[in-house]
Amino acid sequence: MKRIALLGMPNTGKSTLFNRMTGGAARVGNWPGITVELLSGKILLGGDMVEIIDLPGIYDLHGYSDDEQVVRHFLHDNVPDLALVILNTTQIERQISLLLQLKQLDLNIVVMLNMADEAKKFGISVDVAKMSALLGLPIFLLSAKYGSGYPEALQAVTKALRYPTPGMAEHLRSQLEQDEHIETEMARVLKHTVQVPARLSDRLTEKLDSVLLHPWLGLPIFFAVMYLLFQGIFIFGQPIQGGVAAAFTWLRDAALVPLLAGLPHAIQGLLLDGIYNGVATVAAFVPIIVLFFLFMAMIEDSGYLSRAAFLMDALMARLGLDGRGFVMLLMGFGCNVPALMGTRVMRSRAMRLLTMLVIPFSLCSARLQVFIFFTAALFSARAAPIVLFSLYLFSFATAILTALIFKNRFKNTEPFVLELPPYRFPTFRQMVLRGWVEVRHFLRRATKFIVAGVVMVWLLTHLPLSAVPAGADTLAGMIGGALQPFFAPIGINEQLTIALIFGFIAKEIVIGALAVIYGLSGAALSGALGHQLDWVQAYSFMLFTLLYTPCLATVATLQSESKQIRFTALSLVWSLGVAWLVSFAFYQGARALGY
Amino acid sequence: MSATNLAALHPGDTATIVSIHAEEALHLRLLALGFRTGKQIEMIRKASFSGPLQVRIGTTDVMLRRIEAAKIEVAKS
Repeated sequence: MKRIALLGMPNTGKSTLFNRMTGGAARVGNWPGITVELLSGKILLGGDMVEIIDLPGIYDLHGYSDDEQVVRHFLHDNVPDLALVILNTTQIERQISLLLQLKQLDLNIVVMLNMADEAKKFGISVDVAKMSALLGLPIFLLSAKYGSGYPEALQAVTKALRYPTPGMAEHLRSQLEQDEHIETEMARVLKHTVQVPARLSDRLTEKLDSVLLHPWLGLPIFFAVMYLLFQGIFIFGQPIQGGVAAAFTWLRDAALVPLLAGLPHAIQGLLLDGIYNGVATVAAFVPIIVLFFLFMAMIEDSGYLSRAAFLMDALMARLGLDGRGFVMLLMGFGCNVPALMGTRVMRSRAMRLLTMLVIPFSLCSARLQVFIFFTAALFSARAAPIVLFSLYLFSFATAILTALIFKNRFKNTEPFVLELPPYRFPTFRQMVLRGWVEVRHFLRRATKFIVAGVVMVWLLTHLPLSAVPAGADTLAGMIGGALQPFFAPIGINEQLTIALIFGFIAKEIVIGALAVIYGLSGAALSGALGHQLDWVQAYSFMLFTLLYTPCLATVATLQSESKQIRFTALSLVWSLGVAWLVSFAFYQGARALGY
Repeated sequence: MSATNLAALHPGDTATIVSIHAEEALHLRLLALGFRTGKQIEMIRKASFSGPLQVRIGTTDVMLRRIEAAKIEVAKS
């Protein structure tokens, strides 16, 4: 099968074009010579199936950033049959350097001058026929967003693929530093073919920036926007999530329970409480992920994400992160999973890993449920909000502390020099495609991991079969007992320890697990907890719940995004260690003070 | 015309790039974004709390940190 590689600088609309070509039917895959996954899709072109690969946006073929190395290694090890080079027409006078670098590699090239609509608005005119003759390459003007010029360009691609691939001579592969004549070549081509007005007139972007990046108003507006997004995901996502959960429960009660009634009790339990509940847990994340990426696509494609980076960079630079990391950290307060997936906008791997190490400390909505239950059970109505607020403070403090401690280990070496693209209206199609691709990615990666984890915890809490489920005689009970030397110093008893083992799957089921363990539910459970625990123990339990492993889905996502067992393990060990130390310091400190 | 560095410009100032004293990775990135000796550059705004700068060069708006901007020598016009 022939292969087409999409190449271009960041902010050229390359991904939009990729989505248009593949119709969202892209898959993530590995390639020889590189360690990151790339999106690719197969389409029918002129009667043959061809594979299109979306390479990361790069500024310079010879640059040192992670992405630039990925592209270089990809081209070296997987010479494409055709390089489809996408240039942003509004910035053609500098983007053409990348095209000339690629041309030196003797690739089979078709050039697309994208964002033709925007360039026209700016008064930039390009003599395509003349440029095509000067460079000896087929060149097309197009607007990937609206689809104009697209059919002609596709025809040219089909035609270009008929030629045999020239292949890349070894001396060309190694010739990577000879750029001197590119400057003069650039000037020559541009002089004859491109007219750029002396001053660009993008009044809308300038007006918006004067408000959104205002020295005093910028930050409050940013926080208001973040708050609205957060609320939006919560308000729309919560009912859908509830609906999905209800649908799964209904299906279970109406169809699966009667269907499996004939099987032995233990097998029924394993299938229903183990595997089926695991699937339901995964499914419950889907609405949140879809919404998150709909909103993220909106922020990113509109150009506001770069502005957020501009506004928050002063603070985040001190933590070894950048402004985009802050957006993800905030999103983590809704749900850690999409926030971790969202770190893909950061192109430097070190910074991305550091951000991924920090995000799990964000107090997500699932943990909030546990805290609301516990504060209601053990604190007065007046103290409860203060207790909740203090947990948010702990969440922020540990996130900052983690960044400070690890910022030298995950040192970002890429220069922080970013483009601020003009504001654009993202199309609905773009947003939906994005959400869809991300959900498929999550489902494919996380399902097995999560189902396996849920089954394991079911086995732990139900074996041996003679024991009372989740009781002291089960494997979980024995582990809880064995772990007591660790948990007693932080004031967590055996029953709560078993609940924490459940909490490893998802914090949503901690309260449900406690109901099973105590054999009580609702008001009776909070009464029993209030009777058995004092506030110091309860607060210590909440601190531990806040800081230790968020949930199985988060662990699965950490692994699928980092693709490094060592990193996932580091995140697990670090959060467990911090959880224990903080709870220990609090519990022993409070006891020493006589509480 | 007075010689200074990019980080020292005030919003609204325009200048010409005299030279870039950056390490190779930064230098390449700046080149790709259109920073070349002799090019006109305009300071658009500076973020509060010693945050990054927004500059305009040709048709591109770029944000960069002050520490990196200090490596770019410019002549104010």
